[in-house]
Amino acid sequence: MKIGAPREIFEGENRVAMTPDSALQLQKLGHSCLIEAGAGKKAGFSDDAYAAAGVTVVPDAASVFTLADVVVKVRGPEKSEAEMLRKGQTLISFFWPAQNAELLELCKDKGATVIAMDMVPRISRAQKMDALSSMANIAGYRAVIEAGNNFGRFFTGQVTAAGKVPPAKVLIVGAGVAGLAAIGTSTSLGAITYAFDVRPEVAEQIESMGAEFVYLDFSEQQTDGAATGGYAAPSSPEFREAQLKKFRELAPEMDIVITTALIPGRPAPKLWTEDMVRMMKPGSVIVDLAAERGGNCDLTVPDQKIVTDNGVTIVGYTDFPSRMATQASTLYSNNIRHMLTDLTPKKDGVIFQNMEDDVIRGATVTNDGAITYPPPPPKIAAIAAAKPKEKAKELTPEERRAQEVAEFRKQTTSQVGLLAVGGALMLLAGYFAPVSFMSHFIVFVLACFVGFQVIWNVSHSLHTPLMAVTNAISSIIIVGALLQIGSGSWLVVVLASLSVLMAGVNIFGGFLVTRRMLAMFQKS
Amino acid sequence: MQYGLSIGAYVVAAILFILSLGGLSGQESAKRAVWYGIVGMALAVVATLVGPGASLWILSLVLILAGGAAGWIVAKRVQMTEMPQLVAAMHSLVGLAAVFIGYNTHIELARIGGMDEAARAGLAGFAAVIAHKTAAEVSILRVETFLGIFIGAVTFTGSVIAFGKLAGKVDGKAKKLPGGHLLNATAAIVSIVLLLVYLQSGSTLALIGMTLAALFIGYHLIMGIGGADMPVVVSMLNSYSGWAAAAIGFSLSNDLLIVVGALVGSSGAILSYIMCKAMNRSFISVILGGFGGTAGPAMEIAGEQIAIDAESVADALNEADSIIIVPGYGMAVAQAQQSVSELTRKLRAKGKEVRFAIHPVAGRLPGHMNVLLAEAKVPYDIVLEMDEINEDFPNTDVVIVIGSNDIVNPAAQEDPNSPIAGMPVLEVWKAKQVFVSKRGQGTGYSGIENPLFYKENTRMFYGDAKKSIDQLLPMLD
Repeated sequence: MKIGAPREIFEGENRVAMTPDSALQLQKLGHSCLIEAGAGKKAGFSDDAYAAAGVTVVPDAASVFTLADVVVKVRGPEKSEAEMLRKGQTLISFFWPAQNAELLELCKDKGATVIAMDMVPRISRAQKMDALSSMANIAGYRAVIEAGNNFGRFFTGQVTAAGKVPPAKVLIVGAGVAGLAAIGTSTSLGAITYAFDVRPEVAEQIESMGAEFVYLDFSEQQTDGAATGGYAAPSSPEFREAQLKKFRELAPEMDIVITTALIPGRPAPKLWTEDMVRMMKPGSVIVDLAAERGGNCDLTVPDQKIVTDNGVTIVGYTDFPSRMATQASTLYSNNIRHMLTDLTPKKDGVIFQNMEDDVIRGATVTNDGAITYPPPPPKIAAIAAAKPKEKAKELTPEERRAQEVAEFRKQTTSQVGLLAVGGALMLLAGYFAPVSFMSHFIVFVLACFVGFQVIWNVSHSLHTPLMAVTNAISSIIIVGALLQIGSGSWLVVVLASLSVLMAGVNIFGGFLVTRRMLAMFQKS
Repeated sequence: MQYGLSIGAYVVAAILFILSLGGLSGQESAKRAVWYGIVGMALAVVATLVGPGASLWILSLVLILAGGAAGWIVAKRVQMTEMPQLVAAMHSLVGLAAVFIGYNTHIELARIGGMDEAARAGLAGFAAVIAHKTAAEVSILRVETFLGIFIGAVTFTGSVIAFGKLAGKVDGKAKKLPGGHLLNATAAIVSIVLLLVYLQSGSTLALIGMTLAALFIGYHLIMGIGGADMPVVVSMLNSYSGWAAAAIGFSLSNDLLIVVGALVGSSGAILSYIMCKAMNRSFISVILGGFGGTAGPAMEIAGEQIAIDAESVADALNEADSIIIVPGYGMAVAQAQQSVSELTRKLRAKGKEVRFAIHPVAGRLPGHMNVLLAEAKVPYDIVLEMDEINEDFPNTDVVIVIGSNDIVNPAAQEDPNSPIAGMPVLEVWKAKQVFVSKRGQGTGYSGIENPLFYKENTRMFYGDAKKSIDQLLPMLD
């Protein structure tokens, strides 16, 4: 199959859906690749680099759409692009089918199969093609950098000859992929970082990244994120009030606020109100990663950077990944490549649209002249529901003492019981058996006892040598054979001789093997 | 030589054997302990040869040396991974020897029974000992002989089958003839009846009948036990070979045989007990074979197995500070211990903390993994037992599971319906990242699905263990 990537025509879009590296990998799957001239230029990939990777460079988008069986893009198709699709062609890009019903209809009418990268279900197996996560990661990183760019101070605190610099305080609202990436970047720059999320189970993740989780004093049980595929769900009005109260407390202290709160399929929740912005110090920066969906902050203007009257900068860019086009293109093209790997199960360059596969089914929004959105729920839940942990009961000293005493008693009774039964059996045996037997029997019982005592101390790692040694020792049976060998008939001699022979094998073999093994044990 | 002197030699030999077993409590003292065993054995053989009752000692010496040469060659050649088979094979020899010696006693007994007083007085050696026995002592002797042959025969066929299973010559799966344990029970009952017959009549036929029954029991018992339970089986057979020796010792009135037999027997019994405990199964359920007693359907496993390539594993290893390696039978099969050792050396050279976690029943023999790692020159002080290391998994960056399955199965803790529920396992899933080196997607020896492979922090590193590890080596720098 021919895989083609046209140049992105959306204003300001710098990314590209195919890089020379990903093209090499695609060719290994048996595909051949095309690219529109200049498509990778803004992401830092020249046409020569593509050509060197075996990609055919074609002059315009129209030829890509005509020649390619699979068109890969970053942004969803513009109307003009969708018009160029044809029956049997596959388009892989972001699509947002819920918001673009008309476009979806158009693609269906054209008979093309559309795989929407934003519809890849959030299950473990699909992580490698989860473009939303890989782009969110970049956005989170870039948000901190962007904030730093507009912030007049250091992130990290310093005591210098020229005076003391306080560390910046950063609040990150929403600890999804972007939020966590922002936390990581911010802490590694040295800022004191706080983070908030409505899902209590992410507290651990936040703390693991080095930020402080902002706890709400709120008793209502929050919905477990697991029930919604790991995404946040809308919260109750009471909860929201408690949350805003907490933010109002924090607002005057914070130098940088990065908001990343999104709820799937809804406008971004308003979490940073106008009065909070008024409370912030001049020079503070707000970066609103939810700007595209209306913003978490009241004052956010999408795609613009504004400065409020009290000197707070609010960054509302929506194209953070595109601002890091090289990195974003590399990751996105890898996501696309993984998607194509799943679509080419035999690695023979033949696309197999397996609608039984959860991931492919979930991402496919039109197929075979029909709209297949929304998909049925995936067969596998994304994240196992968290189970409440049971705590081991703490014992008071008295209880522990009582337990020990009870245990001691139990042990004593069982030991005494065993001794009594064993003793009775011995007496019984002694009553019937002749003295000559009993004198051997006492040796036997004592030997068993010694054996039990000795073997308990053998260290676990030496169990194999122990087996080999006991095996060698058990050939002591040779003594019996030696005692018999000279007496009686030829049959006895033959059997005894065989026994001696076999025991001889065992003695030498067993000891030698043990020595070999033990010689190998070395201290470091 | 005097009788008393050879008894004295026996006492010294017995003490040496006890010291020999006791010395195995530590790696360093163990090296000395083997010498105690060797000297004890030499002393016992020499004392018997020169003592009363022995004759034909040139023939005996020749036979010992011939057998010894064979044993020497085998022991020199055997691969460390083949150790379980070797041990099983050697048990079968002891079992067979016990059967032969038992028969000898019977033959002598029958011969002497037909003699008159005058003829008895002229007897020498072993026959003379029997000749002086009273009627009660003779019946005790018969019981002892009978027991010795019985245990010996069970040990013999059992060990042969265990050898076959471990060497892969017999299918490792648990197999039973139609009738199952009823057949074993019948054979055992037949043996008891034959014991009574033999006690009354001393008939050779009864003895042969019992031997056949015992041989069958040994065969059928071990055939019914699956591969995963092999550590228990081998140590159990070890125990049997000891009891056989003890029974023979009784019939020959030889205290040294009794002492050593009891030592070996109790040692094997304790080992079996330790192994059973490690699997949270009762000895009876192991002997009866197969996993049993599941209370309901197994827990559904969500998620799927995610494969990973060598590069990513190498990257993770390069970044990790603490690494724990969990080896299993798969490492032995792939002969990967040298590669694992090399991996350990490289990682340690980079200042990373590398340790090994050994589950008590990893492999097919108690302590199997320790021996393999020792062979590959992995220092023993970084090889830790389950109890020593289980708490450290949450603070570990990377765990590499090499060819083990059931011993790292979280179902043992999470799923009360799992056949291995309650078995203590290595809690590898608590580490930050787990790589599982495995040949394919199949289940382990016990056929139980392993939810570990589906966990989010688990990546499957498919392929032959040795090749996989060898791939990693050049990527660590």
